[in-house]
Amino acid sequence: MIETTGPYHRPISLFWWTRRRAYLVFVLRELSSVFVAWFVVYLLMLVSATSSGGDSYQRFQDWSGQVWVLALNIVSFLFILLHMVTWFGLAPKAMVVKLRARRVPPRAVLAGHYALCVLLSAIVAWLVLR
Amino acid sequence: MADRITLEVARYRPEREAEPVMQSYEVPLRPDWAILDGLNYIKDQLDGTLSYRWSCRMGICGSCGMTVNGDPKLTCATFLTDYAPGPVRIEPLPNFPVIRDLVVDIDDFMTKLPTVKPWLVRDEHEPVEKGEYLQTPEELDEYKQYSMCINCMLCYAACPVYALEPGFIGPAAIALAQRYNLDSRDAGLDDRHDVLSSDEGVWGCTFVGECSAVCPKGVDPAGAIQRYKLTAATRAIKDLLLPRGGR
Repeated sequence: MIETTGPYHRPISLFWWTRRRAYLVFVLRELSSVFVAWFVVYLLMLVSATSSGGDSYQRFQDWSGQVWVLALNIVSFLFILLHMVTWFGLAPKAMVVKLRARRVPPRAVLAGHYALCVLLSAIVAWLVLR
Repeated sequence: MADRITLEVARYRPEREAEPVMQSYEVPLRPDWAILDGLNYIKDQLDGTLSYRWSCRMGICGSCGMTVNGDPKLTCATFLTDYAPGPVRIEPLPNFPVIRDLVVDIDDFMTKLPTVKPWLVRDEHEPVEKGEYLQTPEELDEYKQYSMCINCMLCYAACPVYALEPGFIGPAAIALAQRYNLDSRDAGLDDRHDVLSSDEGVWGCTFVGECSAVCPKGVDPAGAIQRYKLTAATRAIKDLLLPRGGR
């Protein structure tokens, strides 16, 4: 009788995510959540400093001006952009919007998201800079 | 253009090898030959011991999915000339146990598929004399894309979630569930909900998107999954906020 080893289960490399560009983008998108969380913490710190008076706000500004905080925030901002672009890319797939019984083209759904993002950013900029 | 091309084919004979090895074969390079024609040439002319699945040769049966130069492909729809001058590396689909050579074990999918009830579920069956359940072209368009799935398993081969979390129901099974959920004749949305909205269902998907990229039939399983996520989330919110009668 011939001895057999049975079905072969291929091992998964620790670096499977380098095998395809889409896998790498996916892993970077997952990683972007850490930077989203950092921006939430940073915003709460800003609100706390602002509510604690002028001196506290000035100290927060000085701290934020340090090279490493600036670098962290620039990297975070790039990851936030990646997060936004990939999430917006998902939206037309998840949302099937119908107008007068016709499906709104996915591009229009995508454009709507970007338009809303620009509008909200403009409102926030106006509130902060006025 | 050279008139021959080398195919590097993965061989796994469990009675001989502990793990797959590559074996090279030289086959004619003809403009009308798909990868599958090259494999058939090997089987018929060079080495009858090579094992692989195939049937229709026209992208319908979904049997001949393999990895060609690292990408999951239907070998009947992938031409040798696109890989000239070669060599072309042909391996079994990843994420499945290899039974022999290029043949993988898809029992896992076959077990999961019926859990999403991929058939028309009816509350009431009309008598046969009343004829067909009619449907408008618009109602057909709602699910037609998902009905094109041929169970070729390329989407599972491209899905890193399925590789890392074997419990994940997977792209094709969810797309097929949506094929019936969106069918105007079907009443099985509730029956499929528990399986689809579980951790192993749509929420297992992290939207890598490669399932849709490799699909040879344009099914877009990633889209089907994201769409059901919205359905499941909306339903969860309704269940939370609305009294039972208002859902």
